[in-house]
Amino acid sequence: MSPRPGFVLEVDGSTPPTLFWHGEGFRLERLPVGSRVLYAPEPFDALEDPMAAIRRALENPLGGSEPLRALLRPGMRLTIAFDDVSLPLPPMRRPDNRQLVIEQVLDLAAEAGVDDVVLIAALSLHRRMTEAELRHALGDRIYDAFEPHGLLTQHDAEDPSNLVHLGATELGEDVEINRRAAESDLLVYVNINLVAMDGGHKSVATGLASYRSLRHHHNARTMARSRSFMDQHRSELHSSNWRMGRVIRDSGVKVFQIETTLNTDTFPEQFRFLQRREWEWSLADRAGFLATSKALSRTPDRVARSILHGVRSPHRMTSVQAGEVEAVHARTTENVYAQQLVEIEGQADVLTMGLPYICPYNVNSIMNPVLVACLGLGYFFNLYRGEPLVREGGVVIMSHPTPWSFHPGHHPSYIDFFEQVLADTTDPAQIGKYEEAYATDPWYVHLYRTGHAYHGVHPFYMWYWCAHALEHLGAVIVLGGDRAAVRRLGFKPASSMADALEMASDVVGRDPSVTHLHTPPLLMAQVK
Amino acid sequence: MRTLIFERNLARFAASRVASSLAGSGRAARVSPLRLTDSEPPPLPGPGWYRVRPLLAGICGSDLATVDGRSSRYFEDLVSFPFVPGHEVVGELEEPAGARVVVQAVIGCVARGIEPPCEACAEGRVGGCERVAFGHLSPGIQIGYCSDTGGGWSAAGLVAHESQLHAVADDMGDEEAVMIEPTACAVHAALASKVEPGDTVAVLGAGTLGLTTLAALRSLTEPGSLFAGAKHEHQRRWARELGADAVLPPDQLGRAVRRRSRSLTVSERSRQLTGGADVVVDCVGSTESLAEALAMVRPRGRVVLVGMPGKSKVDLASLWHREVVLTAAYAYGVEQVAGRSVSSFELAAGVVSEYRLGRLVSALYPLERFEEALEHAGAAGSRGAVKIAFDLRRKGSAR
Repeated sequence: MSPRPGFVLEVDGSTPPTLFWHGEGFRLERLPVGSRVLYAPEPFDALEDPMAAIRRALENPLGGSEPLRALLRPGMRLTIAFDDVSLPLPPMRRPDNRQLVIEQVLDLAAEAGVDDVVLIAALSLHRRMTEAELRHALGDRIYDAFEPHGLLTQHDAEDPSNLVHLGATELGEDVEINRRAAESDLLVYVNINLVAMDGGHKSVATGLASYRSLRHHHNARTMARSRSFMDQHRSELHSSNWRMGRVIRDSGVKVFQIETTLNTDTFPEQFRFLQRREWEWSLADRAGFLATSKALSRTPDRVARSILHGVRSPHRMTSVQAGEVEAVHARTTENVYAQQLVEIEGQADVLTMGLPYICPYNVNSIMNPVLVACLGLGYFFNLYRGEPLVREGGVVIMSHPTPWSFHPGHHPSYIDFFEQVLADTTDPAQIGKYEEAYATDPWYVHLYRTGHAYHGVHPFYMWYWCAHALEHLGAVIVLGGDRAAVRRLGFKPASSMADALEMASDVVGRDPSVTHLHTPPLLMAQVK
Repeated sequence: MRTLIFERNLARFAASRVASSLAGSGRAARVSPLRLTDSEPPPLPGPGWYRVRPLLAGICGSDLATVDGRSSRYFEDLVSFPFVPGHEVVGELEEPAGARVVVQAVIGCVARGIEPPCEACAEGRVGGCERVAFGHLSPGIQIGYCSDTGGGWSAAGLVAHESQLHAVADDMGDEEAVMIEPTACAVHAALASKVEPGDTVAVLGAGTLGLTTLAALRSLTEPGSLFAGAKHEHQRRWARELGADAVLPPDQLGRAVRRRSRSLTVSERSRQLTGGADVVVDCVGSTESLAEALAMVRPRGRVVLVGMPGKSKVDLASLWHREVVLTAAYAYGVEQVAGRSVSSFELAAGVVSEYRLGRLVSALYPLERFEEALEHAGAAGSRGAVKIAFDLRRKGSAR
């Protein structure tokens, strides 16, 4: 039986309460009659034989590229870059797509007699991965073969000796990327494309870039003009990355892009109720929900966080394509949309969403308030093509406990950003005056390079990610959040959905239309 | 006439320590050695002494520490019992009748009749007097801790030597005048901090002493950045108004100093910075605040203890390793400003007028409600107050 497509439910008197993620827990909320709930398509079937699919992709590349085998020769310098810990979410069960792909690339390289091979985790300005995370992504065989010899590296955007300036785009955007990648005879980039934003020229132009380069597109102006950044053709973020990608290509860097997509089978059996439509919950689903939510609510936050971050997702590969960057990415994007797009007619006055415990930047870490804002207003708000799910001047209600809590090792500059910058202004266009100081702060640079800290400038990027939503919306309400933290974000706290809707009506008028973005699984709205 | 007297009573002193630990600062008055009684004015100790009838008398942190049973045993031999507390005083002279004065509470060699004066007093640094337990007066570092002088918490009044009296300008209100003595301490602290133009300065604490020190630093020195750590929202508002460039909750101050100094942090546990502020002024005086100050001061920087400390157990390894100068500022005297000698009180009167510090007086109580007053003072921060004082004015005489 083929998976059911996405679905828009109109809430009536008989509709059961709707499940909301609420950080490390859940809420069941009754939405007003007439509200629409957007459900994702069911997960596609996974590739029966992903190894064979990868082999085929490498032998039959897209966009006029030669097969990978033909690009490999003895004596060449080969660099394999791969997506970091921010993908996929939650981390997938072993073997990870990166392991499956890179093992085959390495086999081909070995057959061709290539012995100068280096692997680079494309961190951009993200935190360095731990050994356990690298082993999970690459598998023990690759890790043990490369890491002890210094051939498994992590991109360091603060090491001038390992960066090279390749030129500038026609708009004057600096293109500075990892020297080893740029000076290799072949750069193979291995992606996991969880959402439509991932991949394409963004892989190298962002993942292997320096702050000098990133600042040209990671800023309030660019992000406000990316409508949405999940829709490449209406995303200034992507336009900039594409311009940079072409500079990289024209400077002689040969990139062989490999992109993989996943189905949306996101949570294992014990969390299966999360992916079911509530009115279809079986007795087992109800029992699972009750047991899980009660157990999590009675567990200390730290332990609940540890349990949930230990979840390994059953999502599996649905496609793999390789070759020239733009051709590969066009096919990948089609595949992502096929799995995730749901059509809906018209915008709502109010968009509701439940935010989970995890986003790309807090894997094995704390979802701090800045990340809560980014997940809701950056990622979820932008999960649209066409028009936003909520009208201009409308309201987003997002559910998350939003604790005033930070991981000091992973997010040190976030603490300062929250205490200093957001205390002064929450306007993405205004925070730039602090950016340089954070980007060059020697303490943050030290922690980024030697510890497991996000770069000092990273919280600014999270806030820029919210720029489009903040410009578009009339108000943001956080349901069940720490009141002080929510206010620091510039949002309004509400203790119940009824209160939140009442507050929203002050902005959009009485009896507002409501759309709920039901996740998981992830979906993307095609708003007509 | 109604007077609050503090007697030597070890059992009550111990009881007040327990009570204040359990119930909070200012809540131990009932079991403490402090009692409300009737008394006569103290006799004049000799020529050059005047009777002062208090109009307003403030409650200071050191008064609270005494009533709470938390003051250091160091002071045991430097005070004499029974004493009438109260050293922040604006009052009227008996002769010439009605002349308003503020009292420079420290009792130095001149007031004690010691001739020649000690080196500190000879230089005008009465706060550093070496003879506070000697001379023709009973021991007592200040009026308010000496059994012979009386103190401000008394309608019977106190006696003060002419060297201790400062006339109050006619256009200055009583509330402003009562702030001159604590502000003189702040002036002395600001100047003892030896702030160089452009220095980064952090002030810990935003009670009366912290806020007046901020005003004095802003008025008398030229810091490049003046940071303040303040626990309560109203304190943060005051700190901003009195000249702080950045005001933060205490647990965020170290991070703000780190950002400004662009230093590293040695470890999350110690929060020890590699660089830090040029000067840290500790207006709290606790073990924790001293440890914080040492963690955020730069190598070879200065930590100035201004809030009255007691017994502390602090790791001084960083002080030694980083060659930090730990110094203190107590009371007042004569300051050197732009090459001339000026009384701390004269400078303080200017700061009080410039910043209208009378606004920091949050509540006035009659002596009879001393328990309420002390409770209010002990919880001033959490109750939105700064300075609590006793009002001893006759009806209709307030200015």
